[in-house]
Amino acid sequence: MTSPTLPLLALDPDGSSGLEGRSKGDIAFRWLLTGAALAIPVLLAFLVFELWSGSRLAIERYGAGFVTGRTWDPVAEVFGAFPLIVGTLLSSVLALLIAVPLSLGVAIYLTEFAHARVRRPISFLIELLAAIPSVVYGLWGIFFLIPFLRSTVFPFLQETLGFLPFFQGVIYGQSVLAASVILAIMVMPYIMSVSREVLQTVPSSQREAALALGATRWEAAWTAVVPYARSGIIGAVILGLGRALGETMAVTMLIGNRHELSASLFAPGYTMAAVIANEFAEAATDIHLSALTYVALVLFVVTVLVNAAARLLIWRVSRGRVAGGGAGL
Amino acid sequence: MQQTSAVLLLSLSLLAACGGSGQEGDPSAARSGRGVVARLTGAGATFPNPIYQKWADAYNRQTGIQINYQSIGSGGGIRQFTDGTVDFGATDGPMTNTQLQAVSGNVAHIPTVLGAVVLTYNLPSLGDASLVLDGPTIADIFLGKIRRWNDPRIVALNPGTSLPDADLVVVHRSDGSGTTYVFTDYLSKVSEEWRTTTGTNTAVSWPTGLGGKGNEGVTQQVKQLPVALGYVELVYAVSNGLKYAAIRNAAGTVVTPSLASVTEAAGSVAMGPDTDFRVSITNPPGRGAYPIASFTWLLVHQDASDPGKARLIRDFLTWMVGAEAQQTAQELQYAPLPAAVADLVRARIGTLTAAGQPIP
Repeated sequence: MTSPTLPLLALDPDGSSGLEGRSKGDIAFRWLLTGAALAIPVLLAFLVFELWSGSRLAIERYGAGFVTGRTWDPVAEVFGAFPLIVGTLLSSVLALLIAVPLSLGVAIYLTEFAHARVRRPISFLIELLAAIPSVVYGLWGIFFLIPFLRSTVFPFLQETLGFLPFFQGVIYGQSVLAASVILAIMVMPYIMSVSREVLQTVPSSQREAALALGATRWEAAWTAVVPYARSGIIGAVILGLGRALGETMAVTMLIGNRHELSASLFAPGYTMAAVIANEFAEAATDIHLSALTYVALVLFVVTVLVNAAARLLIWRVSRGRVAGGGAGL
Repeated sequence: MQQTSAVLLLSLSLLAACGGSGQEGDPSAARSGRGVVARLTGAGATFPNPIYQKWADAYNRQTGIQINYQSIGSGGGIRQFTDGTVDFGATDGPMTNTQLQAVSGNVAHIPTVLGAVVLTYNLPSLGDASLVLDGPTIADIFLGKIRRWNDPRIVALNPGTSLPDADLVVVHRSDGSGTTYVFTDYLSKVSEEWRTTTGTNTAVSWPTGLGGKGNEGVTQQVKQLPVALGYVELVYAVSNGLKYAAIRNAAGTVVTPSLASVTEAAGSVAMGPDTDFRVSITNPPGRGAYPIASFTWLLVHQDASDPGKARLIRDFLTWMVGAEAQQTAQELQYAPLPAAVADLVRARIGTLTAAGQPIP
């Protein structure tokens, strides 16, 4: 045998080392790329290890009850992250509820209905939203969005939908709903640009087939084009959800920073990322620091779970489409 | 060809610009035997950051010693000092006994300036009249027991003013802070219920209210929300033109927060010659004393290991407690140390040692 023995990682799928007849440069290049590819899981492992070791003190003291506890008291050293988890998930889901219809609408408009000359400027402007720093969003939210919402939108919602418990209670301005609105604005460019890319890859034969069968332009878009791109669009939504879950500065400036669960969307809330940003610098006791690291670990786990659920959803959606041969047409 | 020479010219000029700035231009730079500029590093509280930066700059101009201060928060300051990564720490809240144990008691708390916490509010209907509050009322507001502006207790303190029949929205700090420490320390003294339920700390579990990030966050929330009441440092209230309440102190006088009333608060608290300066000056007995005031401290080693560094620190502390530095603090709206306390600080500086020996 002329080839050197190599570990499993550097073998080709057919089991050969694939290096017969290649130069030393090729071998070195291969190892370099393998190392680079391994770097990501290794970094992730380090991250998880650091989070776990930093939160060991809190895990020992609070255990799994940490995620169901409702009190956050640094003086009495009682820490519970349940309101934080609820706040994070609630503000992200609300943001998606607002952003997804808008972004999808814009993406469909740009691919199906917009004139070519209009397409590029609009896309550019929306993608510009993604370039604005989070803290600038927060400042804009404090100076413009909150007063606007407090004086117009929130009272209107309270008048019309006040029978629902979600829209009752005192209106301060800083609230879960305000944070959700700013998050929606922040995730819109991500969902829109990825959806637009995915919709553009749909073969025009799909659209033409629907039109040939007598569908209107809207019906053709909604029943032929969008379902074809379903898994890609779900992927775009997950991308937006990922950003919303981790968003810190804009949220902490608009959400009211209160460790409390309330049915009302006008009430202040708190998120995991916001509490870490607020309290980490001044956390003097080891247990407080450890509790905040535990919150970071929980945030990491929640993000992983949400992403895993999303991947499962995408897999099932695309599997169903392949097996069923198309979406109801 | 032209492009290449243009790029070359640009990069050469950039290099020249980088090389031109630096330390050669400082003729009075103090150099040790190895030709290195003497330097101190410190970290800690954010409240005194403006005055520490100004002092570092002024001190550098006079002596050439560089002092690098990073405002990472009091908690961070105590941690860095304990770990020995900085030469001195800074904190708005004194070290607890547990934290003292971590450094084996080898720390001296040196007070530098005074700060005050004021209650700022947004009540357009009050006009130019100043709101008057007292300790137990403030505690009950922050406990959530007083919920409306026209509550009889607030009206009783402010006769003749028109208080609206509106929700009283409380704004507190969402981040940990020395300001919160001072404020909750005061509330614990004037309200037994506060002391037993919420307590004193840089971050507490607030019974009610919205959280703003930093003094700026609280200021913004109060400014934008009519009928809001929050607590901020005096400096922030003054620079933002916010209205703040006068408070009836322990002696029964209604005191407006000012540099003079804050300095008097420190002066009215008795401190013996062997004090460790970990003294709370909230709710003091003085007649004209403002009740929510506090020292901010520098943390230095009582017995340092490096005589050179110890000498630099001692010289800086001596300059800091002198008239010129304290006057600079006053210009930045920090209340200076009263004369009696300054004398005690000088005496304490004299007791600092290096490796068991007096500092050379």
